[in-house]
Amino acid sequence: MGFITRGFRGKRETDESGRIPPGQYETHDFPVLSAGPTPHTSPETWSFTIAEGGEELARWSWDELRALPSETITKDIHCVTKWSKLDTEWEGVSVDTLLDGVESDAAYVMAWSDGGYTTNLPLEDVTGGKAWVAFGYDGEPLDPEHGGPARLLVPHLYFWKSAKWVRGLRLMDEDEPGFWESLGYHLYGDPWREQRYWGD
Amino acid sequence: MKIDPAIIPLGALRWLLAEVVELVPETPRVTSLVLDVPGWAGHRPGQHVDVRLTAEDGYQAQRSYSIATPADAERLVLTVEELDDGEVSPFLTEELGAGDRFELRGPIGGHFVWDGSAGGPLHLVGGGSGVVPLMAMLRHRAAAGLDVPATLLYSSRTLEDVIYREELDALARADPAFRVVHTLTRAQPEAWDGYARRIDGEMLAEVFEGGGEANAFVCGPTRFVEVAADGLVAIGYEPGSVRTERFGPSGA
Repeated sequence: MGFITRGFRGKRETDESGRIPPGQYETHDFPVLSAGPTPHTSPETWSFTIAEGGEELARWSWDELRALPSETITKDIHCVTKWSKLDTEWEGVSVDTLLDGVESDAAYVMAWSDGGYTTNLPLEDVTGGKAWVAFGYDGEPLDPEHGGPARLLVPHLYFWKSAKWVRGLRLMDEDEPGFWESLGYHLYGDPWREQRYWGD
Repeated sequence: MKIDPAIIPLGALRWLLAEVVELVPETPRVTSLVLDVPGWAGHRPGQHVDVRLTAEDGYQAQRSYSIATPADAERLVLTVEELDDGEVSPFLTEELGAGDRFELRGPIGGHFVWDGSAGGPLHLVGGGSGVVPLMAMLRHRAAAGLDVPATLLYSSRTLEDVIYREELDALARADPAFRVVHTLTRAQPEAWDGYARRIDGEMLAEVFEGGGEANAFVCGPTRFVEVAADGLVAIGYEPGSVRTERFGPSGA
């Protein structure tokens, strides 16, 4: 328990669901966080690539990605800036589908995005039904400021891992820090263990 | 791994105990908390802290607040806007008094920072309390005697909502290389000769006259940041030279 601040009681929106991780609060908005201007990539020039060691292993155009089997995903999401949002509804293609048939011994991936953003993840955190390339939110096409045309969706980790404007995955043998992970944020980012920053 | 150890001393961020030295009202809705934080290892202008409040029964709430002070200030100042339905901000601005203590840790954020080392003119666009991390940069620039040209375009609802108004005016009077341009979006005093509308591409083009080598920082509510960042890119700024931070009640 931390230091008790005189007079603080809090508003105590009860979390009977047990779905709000430590240090988080529930919001009904959908706040936006980005490090720079919102890229606006048209579907005609968009593609999604899986690569390893500089070699392209698979690639989909927008139409090809949309032709893959997609699913509706309802998940709670947790941002490191403290907000959590429950029961968000997405549409996307499972990363399992994208990696199907890709031969690799890699243990990690680096997601990369338009605008230069990157974020690192263990391969086992983006496979087994845990991650998607999402292009729909709440029944609508994903808005550019929320990462459209498509973003990574990895809802069991802090939301900075769900890279907006995602364009590909680079398979890696060893872990490397991505953008925020190089600037003091946790390499893994489990909200239930409150892994916000280095050393957490 | 390519982690720069200079970014965060000792790697882990420990919770520190801050003591309130003084509460300074900035506007009817905004208050600066002047804090004494033993063990604070310093920060770079533009960074923020996490504040953690604990009730007697162990209930806790955490929020993030921008640091308003320059890098080497003796005291840490957080400037906090009171949100109507807030859980933490009304407590900080209304309930706290001198001598009270609470926990914080930081500094956090290594991207939205400016310490002068990047060179180039400094172009700042702030909306409401989004001016706070920009003020840390301007205070640092003044305290360090940097002559890098700097311009702040600052959007507020009314004149009385302008945070740091007298200090900004004094800085501009004393320093021909610093310019502050206000726009008041909701109400203007009589004989107001500044802008009187929400920021738009035309205003950005008039104030900044093209990007060149500038480092641009945009901070405010989501919609404000989207318009400002898109507008700067449209008039020639490299997207990579425009750094953004968004906060406030931002339903989007």
